[in-house]
Amino acid sequence: MSKLLSIPDALLNRPQNSSMVRTSLMFVGVALVCLYFADTTISTYDPWLEIHRMMLGVITPDFFAIDTIGSALVKTVAFALVGVSLGAVSGFFLAQVYHLRTVRLACSLVRSVHELFWALIFLQMLGLTPLTGILAIALPYAGICAKVYSETLEEAEAPALQAVPLGSGIVSTFFYVRLPEVWVHIVNYTGYRFECGLRSSAVLGFVGLPTLGFYLESAFNEGNYSEVSALLITFYVLIATIKYWLRPKLLGIYLIAAPFLLGGGADIKLGNVIRFLTVDIVPAPLRGSDLLDISNWMNFFSWAQNMLTDQALPGIIATIILTQIALVGTAFLSLAFFPLISEKFLGKYGRMVGHLFLVVVRSTPEFILAYVFLHFWGPSMLPAIIALSLHNGAIIGHLMGRYSNEIRLRPDHANGISLYGYEIVPRLYGQFLAFLFYRWEVIMRETAILGILGIATLGFYVDSALADIRLDRAMFLIAITALLNVGIDSLSRHIRQRLRLSRTVQNHSRVSAQTDGT
Amino acid sequence: MLFQLNNENLGYKQNTVLHNISLSIAKGERVALVGESGAGKSTLLSALQTRFKNKAALIPQDVGLVRNLSVFHNIYMGRLNAHGAGYNLLNLAWPQKCEVNQIKPLVERLGLADKLFKVTGELSGGQQQRTAVCRALYQGGSAVIGDEPVSAVDSHMASTIMKALNAEFDTVVLALHDVDLALKFSSRIIGIKGGVISFDQPTDKLSRQDLDFLYEG
Repeated sequence: MSKLLSIPDALLNRPQNSSMVRTSLMFVGVALVCLYFADTTISTYDPWLEIHRMMLGVITPDFFAIDTIGSALVKTVAFALVGVSLGAVSGFFLAQVYHLRTVRLACSLVRSVHELFWALIFLQMLGLTPLTGILAIALPYAGICAKVYSETLEEAEAPALQAVPLGSGIVSTFFYVRLPEVWVHIVNYTGYRFECGLRSSAVLGFVGLPTLGFYLESAFNEGNYSEVSALLITFYVLIATIKYWLRPKLLGIYLIAAPFLLGGGADIKLGNVIRFLTVDIVPAPLRGSDLLDISNWMNFFSWAQNMLTDQALPGIIATIILTQIALVGTAFLSLAFFPLISEKFLGKYGRMVGHLFLVVVRSTPEFILAYVFLHFWGPSMLPAIIALSLHNGAIIGHLMGRYSNEIRLRPDHANGISLYGYEIVPRLYGQFLAFLFYRWEVIMRETAILGILGIATLGFYVDSALADIRLDRAMFLIAITALLNVGIDSLSRHIRQRLRLSRTVQNHSRVSAQTDGT
Repeated sequence: MLFQLNNENLGYKQNTVLHNISLSIAKGERVALVGESGAGKSTLLSALQTRFKNKAALIPQDVGLVRNLSVFHNIYMGRLNAHGAGYNLLNLAWPQKCEVNQIKPLVERLGLADKLFKVTGELSGGQQQRTAVCRALYQGGSAVIGDEPVSAVDSHMASTIMKALNAEFDTVVLALHDVDLALKFSSRIIGIKGGVISFDQPTDKLSRQDLDFLYEG
């Protein structure tokens, strides 16, 4: 009788599990096909020589370049502080009106454009000024903060609401009841965002702002690997010690000081801003021409068609190919990485080494990892695949490791590889897929931007258009990139719902908080 | 009549807990609802509360406090509608002296004086319950509805709270699990059993035995 009763249960469970496996295999299959078409050649003459020199640099960090390092770190922190604060505060206000369709749409558009693309846009508009860096961080961060804050506020239960007297007013009720319920969440999330902001700020140096990336790039170009290693080590220390120096009481002082530490820059010329908005980004066939004349529109359509077939389409294809390979690479590496910090598999000292490794890999922005690997192997998809998989694998591996520590096992459980395969991975699998699908959009956004380094994704075409000072083309391609990201985001949401993964993840805002970052 | 229900089915969504309830409570009555847990006391109280929201201060069963705010701010919330948003925000950031002076006697009465600026999430269940009672006392008005407002405090404090509620409010409607408290502090007792009102009598016509019946099989 009991056997009969257990059958429906098993039948209920099976379709979901097998559809998870089917989806996983499908993604692996797609990645293999993509790998066939991807260019993964190593084009440097002697890849091991550079690696060897780099390794030498790693073990001989040169901290004597203290001026450079100090200035790089101070500027990186200052840009992150000002940018993230501005983004978080605007995001907080936007969260109050997030139920409006236009606000939701605007937020999803600004956050689907990568910080570096924003930096490139504002560079054209404002020149190399601190405001360029601040807006490049603040804008996308406002979009993501608005989304997360509004979700947090929406999902919070507020039992005190029933006891608030009638006629208390929206504002008072919000600050006395709703906000205090979620305040800790919002503070934690904003702290996490600040850590992401440090990475974004560091990467902005690659387009000329005076942050870490700028100094890294010049040290790299000089082949001064000891300085590279010193810069990166101090950056890791900075990130690892955030909780000691980013104190709520000191925040006020930092925020007052930060704007003065951003450094100067060229003056912003209003004329440039106006020209950028009204002339430069208007598609060439329509620029300064009669909009009522149908032939101008015919020209515009053929311009758009050429843009699509010659640049956007190859860019999109390369972006998708790289994204899909990197997504599966991330999946395999996170499965390989999480035991490194799991109590189920390693002892205290082993886990310490594991933690150190994962912290270093996930604190290094994908862009910097890709930049380093590109030096080793030359411009193909290979460095990008490895950089993206490593960084994202370390992030998801870290989260899975933490979840694995919460699993309770029966006393007579298996050990080693059997424990891994029969007990831990099956239990974490739903969570693992949920993390991956949340991360999908982030991987795509990064993939597009890696084009700046010379890999033929959408960023490559944007960068070339900017180099030719064809801003209309650049904006067109950035818009296409944004739409592609929005598309992936909704596809990922659809798959998560179909696999019922949103239920696997108990606390959505907690997970998205940890996985939607850059 | 202050509260009135005419032949109504009460419950949550499609799930009816209480059937054909008719009930009226006049000004000045001190009503105790008694019955087994799960009998429907909370259902009846929340029906009264949602329907007559502006008429009574509320002490919810789950105390309904904001865990991240202090005792002071939670109590102040009882009169959030008495001031404008600007003043409320000022008082949130810097507790205003005149508000503190008004709230102090309340917390002293219920033995919470040393906890005034403690965050309620860090208090014991009994202390949280006392905070919720203080909030209702501070809110004032003519009536109070309380769902087991003394379930987590000792018997001495329970008497203190019952006396305070009876002294400050004209009309008192409380769900109580303690039959002796009901007999001692109320003027009318409503017994609930099996989804209906099984009796509704002035307290002086009831004895302990009459009430014990509610808790039998």
